[in-house]
Amino acid sequence: MGWRLIRIYTILVYLFMFLPIAVVVLLSFNANQFGSFPMTGLSTRWFEALWNNDAIMRAFRTSIVLGLMTAVISTVLGVLASLALVRYKIPGRNLITTLLIAPILVPEVVLAVALLLFLNFLNFGKSFTLLLAGHVIFTLPFVILVVQARLVSIKRDVEEAAMSLGASPMQTFFAITLPLLMPAVAAGGLFAFTISFDDITGTLFWKPGGIETVPTQIFSMLRNSISPEINALGTVMIVLTVGLPLIGAAIARTLATRSGQ
Amino acid sequence: MSIEQREARQPWILLTPALTAVTLLLIVPLIFIVVYSFWLKSAVGADTPGFYLDNWQEALTDPFYRDILLNTLKISAITTLACALLGYPAAYFIARSKGNKMVLLVLLMLPFWISYIIRTMSWINILGVSGALNAALIWAGIINEPIQMLYNETTVILGLVHFLLPFMVLNIFVSLDGIDTNLEDAASSLGATRWQGFLQVTLPLSLPGLAAGGLLCFVLSAGTYITPVILGGPRDAMFANLVYEAIIRQLDWPLGSALSLLLLMVLGVLVLIYNRYLGMAQLAKGLG
Repeated sequence: MGWRLIRIYTILVYLFMFLPIAVVVLLSFNANQFGSFPMTGLSTRWFEALWNNDAIMRAFRTSIVLGLMTAVISTVLGVLASLALVRYKIPGRNLITTLLIAPILVPEVVLAVALLLFLNFLNFGKSFTLLLAGHVIFTLPFVILVVQARLVSIKRDVEEAAMSLGASPMQTFFAITLPLLMPAVAAGGLFAFTISFDDITGTLFWKPGGIETVPTQIFSMLRNSISPEINALGTVMIVLTVGLPLIGAAIARTLATRSGQ
Repeated sequence: MSIEQREARQPWILLTPALTAVTLLLIVPLIFIVVYSFWLKSAVGADTPGFYLDNWQEALTDPFYRDILLNTLKISAITTLACALLGYPAAYFIARSKGNKMVLLVLLMLPFWISYIIRTMSWINILGVSGALNAALIWAGIINEPIQMLYNETTVILGLVHFLLPFMVLNIFVSLDGIDTNLEDAASSLGATRWQGFLQVTLPLSLPGLAAGGLLCFVLSAGTYITPVILGGPRDAMFANLVYEAIIRQLDWPLGSALSLLLLMVLGVLVLIYNRYLGMAQLAKGLG
């Protein structure tokens, strides 16, 4: 009896989470010219409008370039730091970990203000560089947490075996550690990309005039009213943000099983 | 250089890039805005360096700022409570279900991957004047004219709960999943009802997860900027909106610094209290 109640409650919670998202997808195929209820039929006209909207396509390119650069930098910094934290006994480990995770503990607005004002003081005004620096610092803790969790599960023995067979530390890293680490690197990079692609609060503080990312573009379009194009864009982003990690997870699993053999 | 010395230096070489980034892009900038908050805004040209208490006096005594700060804390508290009430039973169901736990968990985490702004604006499709709910009510003949259900404090909280619930569920789940189910069986074999067993065994053991989820929800909602702008009315501004106004619109950077630091200090006290009693490790568990 009690269990059934919990089950119904849980289903309602899931509905609460998914219904609004489902409505976005549903409305993006709406033929109605205002894109609202009642629906008059199915159509892909809003996706075509989206494809022909220069501002949105430009924002898409900006977001992808920014996301990729953020992912590469954050993953390199994060993987190196995680290796040090997991593989070596170092004094002051807890302090270092807290320091590296600090960007999540500081509210994003505060982080945004501090970085903007400081870099401006150094004569780096609002620019793509500032945006990139902000995204890197904001995603770094997430990469470190994800990579660290994966790293713990890789045994030291394999590396020691390689070294005892005469491999140099460099050879060991590239032939043994890195391939074993790939799932963690992929997961960290994907995480950084997704967070960067989705970020809006910091981006609004850092972006120079004229540059829009997808979220800030949506934000400025929302000021007027909710257009059906936004729903179509939402559908594309749902497919991208849900589809990409799923593909990533599948690749990571394949790599993991292959390297496990 | 001996091999030992080389070994000892290696981790620091690996840590240098990340530590440099955090120091230059977070720690030094934070110290910088502490200094900046004591400067004075000039009507024209650069702000005046010095040690003036004007910005702090304004940030701490102006009733306008105080009311919005209190309102932000109130909204965050309600959001956190709602997340706990919605999230706990769901997390319990996932942790104790005999089916595929991971599928249920990943499913609940999916919205977490979906763009925050899309999820926030999706409520306009539901509650807006031409939204699903109004269309359904008109179709059912309950109302004749659409009602405006959006742009108030309740919809801000609704948007925040929708955004933060996965964080809460994940943290509670991690805690519940680590509890030995034999403990509940032991309680019931000693004569406790299922409800007693839950209240006296499972609930206390899952409190660290509940606290970690609660802290995350509270801190994230107190710092939110977008949700009140999209789902709130003109009077539902939260503290981050004030910071944005000061920094971006009025270009009053000294005051904006003081306001940012005020928010940081209020939330910092919460994090410190949490760290004192539960430690940061629990938080890392839920995030990793």
